[in-house]
Amino acid sequence: MAAPPRKSNGGLVGRLVLMTAGSFAFGFALVPLYDVFCDVTGIGTRAQLSRAAAPDTSAPDMSRVVTVEFTASVPDSGPWEFAPAVASMEVHPGRLYEARYTAHNLAGRDTTGQAVPSITPLRAAQYFRKTECFCFTPQHFERDEQRDLLVRFIVDRDLPPGIDRLTLSYAFYDVTRLAGGKG
Amino acid sequence: MRPDEVTNMAHGNAAAGHGDHHRPPKGVMRWLTTTNHKDIGTMYLVFSLAMFLIGGVMALLIRAELFQPGLQLVDPGFYNQLTTVHALVMVFGAVMPATVGLANWMIPLQIGAADMALPRMNLFSFWLLFFAFVLLISTFFVPGGAPAAGWTLYPPLVLQTGNAFPMAIFAIHLMGASSIMGAINVIVTIVNMRAPGMTLLKMPLFSWSWLITAYLLIAVMPVFAGGVTMLLTDYYFHTSFFNAAGGGDPVLFQHVFWFFGHPEVYIMILPAFGIVSEIIPTFSRKPIFGYEAMVYAIASIAFLSFIVWAHHMFTVGMPLAGQLFFTLSTMLIAVPTGVKVFNWTTTMWRGSLSFEPPMLFALAFLFLFTIGGFSGLMLAIVPADFQYHDTYFVVAHFHYVLVPGAVFGIMAAVYYWLPKWTGHMYDMNIAKWHFWLTAIFVNVLFFPQHFLGLAGMQRRIPDYPTQFTDWNMVSSIGGFGFGLSQLLFVWLIIRCVKGGQRATAGVWDWPHGLEWTVPSPAPYHTFEKSPELH
Repeated sequence: MAAPPRKSNGGLVGRLVLMTAGSFAFGFALVPLYDVFCDVTGIGTRAQLSRAAAPDTSAPDMSRVVTVEFTASVPDSGPWEFAPAVASMEVHPGRLYEARYTAHNLAGRDTTGQAVPSITPLRAAQYFRKTECFCFTPQHFERDEQRDLLVRFIVDRDLPPGIDRLTLSYAFYDVTRLAGGKG
Repeated sequence: MRPDEVTNMAHGNAAAGHGDHHRPPKGVMRWLTTTNHKDIGTMYLVFSLAMFLIGGVMALLIRAELFQPGLQLVDPGFYNQLTTVHALVMVFGAVMPATVGLANWMIPLQIGAADMALPRMNLFSFWLLFFAFVLLISTFFVPGGAPAAGWTLYPPLVLQTGNAFPMAIFAIHLMGASSIMGAINVIVTIVNMRAPGMTLLKMPLFSWSWLITAYLLIAVMPVFAGGVTMLLTDYYFHTSFFNAAGGGDPVLFQHVFWFFGHPEVYIMILPAFGIVSEIIPTFSRKPIFGYEAMVYAIASIAFLSFIVWAHHMFTVGMPLAGQLFFTLSTMLIAVPTGVKVFNWTTTMWRGSLSFEPPMLFALAFLFLFTIGGFSGLMLAIVPADFQYHDTYFVVAHFHYVLVPGAVFGIMAAVYYWLPKWTGHMYDMNIAKWHFWLTAIFVNVLFFPQHFLGLAGMQRRIPDYPTQFTDWNMVSSIGGFGFGLSQLLFVWLIIRCVKGGQRATAGVWDWPHGLEWTVPSPAPYHTFEKSPELH
């Protein structure tokens, strides 16, 4: 055969397989990168919402009133009752407030629940600070147990002027099967 | 040097004569054991045609259900299975394998190589694909039915899939592995096996488009494989990549998916760009205008495809800076795409045009793909997208770029190279009937969907308010017209394989490129001795 001397395919194939493996790894690297990106840019994420903050409460802005609305949902968790004690509050930025939710386990067994918070509008999320929240840890409920859940929060004084209304929403998930891992 | 200089650069002995000393085994064993690029290309093309018809039957069931409001034929759950599997079959089973089949057949012939670089892997990737689709389509028969969460497989909805869930995920893994192997094969073939003297910038544009497509495949298919693997571990091993209860985020899946998904749409369309860039010069009897600009345009489109993904998910919410970035980067793609459209048009300028079937399909591609491109620009505008999102406007948009875009490109390629494959000319009358019926019905089918979408009709719903009835009826009539017209295509291909007027080596009036220097049908072995280019 008079074919021209073929260049080695092995090396090139090796490099291409390496590229493939790199892309596969990159797919998984997107998971932490996604959180890092949200943290850096301050887009409303759970990472931020699920952390205790210690903001300055010394000088509340008494001239400004912001409405905070509370909602609750129970996706996929079966027969739970979970609702805010009040539908909304009027708050002054920079001052500490307290709100309560009530949860009632009607599942007929011991259950561990995890509340996941979110704030609308999204760009307000980074100005909503919690000093204490039942959403920081999984909550264990005995069968038929009912109890109040507490959240203490401050709306930051730097909240952009265009925003006069925030909605704090909690989705309450049954994490009994995940609880082992999550503690 | 320009590709037109390639026209006469190869000479007679390139292929004929001593090509036939390894006869393939007879019967079914030939197809199970072959490592010949032409056999494997044929298998890919036949497989893709079969998938096109199967996916088409699903589409017709969808259009039959939507012919009038109310639920007539299928229940909503099955309807959702149909839309989901129709999309997966058409994307991964019809369009992608068709372009892989064309690559297998034509890249060695275009660059003067004896075969693909990795022939055994080539065969393996075909059979992986085959079994991937056996697995996927068999999900219709398991408890819970086929996946029904849409081809985008968004969690948490997709996690409600029944027994089909792991089957669908593994089918995606298999088809991903198959296309990655195909891509590696194309790159190694093009990089290592070009005939002496064929520098990269003398390479025909179809081969160029595939080289870039192959790199896209290697870059993004593994990301998709990673994403569906995360779905799998969320489902079975209680990880929480996308599970909010455990600290994950379902929106993350959308980012991972579309990081794959947007380059994926270019994986489907770039080979069609390459095909049209071959056909328009041939039937304009002029070399392509701006060859190098065409190459750079494909490369720019490929690069930009990595930084636009979030335009598919404006409605999940993102900061203004993000909306602006993804709007503008998306619109930027119109620049290299415009370069291509203008260069095709300029190639025809003062050309000596003739309208054989490949040219007809290429011209229809040019017009109709551009319509799909423009509606894409509309969707890139955030405030407009908030209205159009998940409506039939989006359905109309991506069907315009995929059906009269990618599929017309593939049909043009079949009409262009079929005489080279079979050695026979096909029946021009049937081909023209097929073209005109297809080109008219595809517009009857998809154009009204723009109106439906703008009026607010949602996608993925088997029923709709009665004010949408008229355009849905028109669209369904177009759908059945389009579907039945494809039977002409199948009939024409079968007849052309069986016989017909002998095709010459050049086939067309102004052939250019190495593939037209080998006899028709192309012998089983070609370019065992490298052609000389001058």
